[in-house]
Amino acid sequence: MTNPNGRFGIHGGQYIPETLMNAVIELETAYNHYKNDPDFNAELETLFNEYANRPSRLYYAEKLTKALGGAKIYLKREDLNHTGAHKINNVLGQALLAKKMGKTRLIAETGAGQHGVATATAAALMGMECVVFMGEEDTKRQALNVYRMRLLGAEVIPVTSGTATLKDAVSEAMREWTNRIDDTHYCLGSVMGPHPFPTIVRDFQAVISKEIKQQIMEKEGRLPDVVMACVGGGSNAIGTFYHFIPDESVRLIGCEAAGRGIDTFETAATISTGKLGIFHGMKSYFCQDEYGQIAPVYSISAGLDYPGVGPEHAHLYDIGRAEYVPVTDDEAVNAFEFLSRTEGIIPAIESAHAVAHALKIAPEMDKDKIIVITISGRGDKDCAAIARYRGEDIHE
Amino acid sequence: MSKIRDAFKNGKAFIPFITCGDPDLETTGKIVREMAAAGADLIELGIPFSDPTAEGPVIQGANIRALAGGITTDKIFAFVRELRKDVTVPLVFMTYANVVFSYGIERFVKCCAEAGMDGLILPDVPFEEKDEFAPICKANGIDFISLIAPTSENRVAMIAKEAEGFVYLVSSLGVTGMRAEIRTDLEAITAKIKENTDVPCAIGFGISTPEQAAELAGCADGVIVGSAIVKLIAEHGREAAAPVGAFVRAMKAAVSPTDQ
Repeated sequence: MTNPNGRFGIHGGQYIPETLMNAVIELETAYNHYKNDPDFNAELETLFNEYANRPSRLYYAEKLTKALGGAKIYLKREDLNHTGAHKINNVLGQALLAKKMGKTRLIAETGAGQHGVATATAAALMGMECVVFMGEEDTKRQALNVYRMRLLGAEVIPVTSGTATLKDAVSEAMREWTNRIDDTHYCLGSVMGPHPFPTIVRDFQAVISKEIKQQIMEKEGRLPDVVMACVGGGSNAIGTFYHFIPDESVRLIGCEAAGRGIDTFETAATISTGKLGIFHGMKSYFCQDEYGQIAPVYSISAGLDYPGVGPEHAHLYDIGRAEYVPVTDDEAVNAFEFLSRTEGIIPAIESAHAVAHALKIAPEMDKDKIIVITISGRGDKDCAAIARYRGEDIHE
Repeated sequence: MSKIRDAFKNGKAFIPFITCGDPDLETTGKIVREMAAAGADLIELGIPFSDPTAEGPVIQGANIRALAGGITTDKIFAFVRELRKDVTVPLVFMTYANVVFSYGIERFVKCCAEAGMDGLILPDVPFEEKDEFAPICKANGIDFISLIAPTSENRVAMIAKEAEGFVYLVSSLGVTGMRAEIRTDLEAITAKIKENTDVPCAIGFGISTPEQAAELAGCADGVIVGSAIVKLIAEHGREAAAPVGAFVRAMKAAVSPTDQ
């Protein structure tokens, strides 16, 4: 799907300062070498299985299915991975690659803190230095994850520029990378940024759909009708979609964070409200004003609170292969609570956006249809914030 | 030959950068005229962007102040048209890809030409992506400025060969901002640039004192200073024209002593 210039249709590319060009070229060269290296892949598979607890379960959510009275619902349990989210898949891959490249230091951006925690974890495991950039606003919303990163030996730098959220953390991590390249790998957390990041991150996350396909064939003997996931930058969603892209009978649905609604300015639903632009190294869809100034987006979910979307998603949208739907804060919080009560599974508020859309479509579908929802992470980190959303003043 | 080449005819060039609309366009106009009178050979006008990823805190602050004041691309074009009634010094825009892309690349470049701009610098458009911008600039008589960095190494020749207007040599790793010392072996890079192009080469990023400027002018055709000037504007606000003018005069004297 990627052409040699790192394009997905018209999207993608390498819109970065010249200072970083040789760094991304070096990364691409190393990745092209190691992705076909049996030793690298064996090492990564061992880390996935022995350390990260893969393969993650594909769980038949019988109570949820019965409660909705429609399609049969399976949950892909990325929340059961080590560190509690899909982020570890990408991070183990990139950290191992960085180590092979002779890098000794990882830098990363984080929104909800899940990618930062995963990066800090991999750095601890591999004996690397780690610095995580996190919007100051998010360090408040996700204080527990800040503590986890520090506990794991990482330095967490609160970012105060701009809106002090995920986009500013990405900008600051990019600035730091231009400052120190020799020993440092920028461990980007989503399928975004300049080529080759969208491809590398997608390949490491594609293990999700590879497993789903195998597991659903074992359990049902056929492909699902719908696979769905939440989309911020879009890494768990592209991981969920990837091996199903050629299977045209499978509907691919990405659930974006609509915040207080796509008819308000307090939204982060990029495909619903954004337009084509160039930012953070890539051409894709971005929330922006008429002069190309990037919009201050909003979502209850710090992990989806990003004004852009990965270039491969933008392309899947353009060609009509995947659908992208907006889900509001209210809908996500309802789904967060509903899944907790019906299945005893507390999903990350990010993942709850995908659950919320399933609550809408599953009842409309026949009982012999199959939906797979990726639960990208666990919701423990969100409990205090959701309680506050419901007017209960609890603090971590 | 473009007007930008003329900027390098008065000895070594001094090239100041300011952000349009910081703190307002009226002040920007006064500063531009003052800098031209003080010997600036070429002036970089920044069009603010919400998320300037190649800038350090000083210029980020200028971008925020300008945008908070309601500056837009259209207001800046109108400002330049007004400026060109009496200001003849070569002018280049420095902004980010999305500002140009969202306006429509062709529309933006035509407006540049019509307003009397001479060049365009986009720090987030490297050699690999320049075909989307450079040919449109060329067709409209706008020089699309190429940047070369301390990390460019094997890329220097390729970039220099296609350079237009001038080569912007980035002095140091990292983002814009003042630095106590500059350690890059710039002479080796400028030598390589000169082997591949006769387009002039100016060094920027991190330069803030006449001593630094004089030293770097030794191995290039000009020096570019942004943050040190933007900091003066942040300090003096609407009264910044006089102190900026004095600074530019001192810097021009340092880079090109015989010319003054």
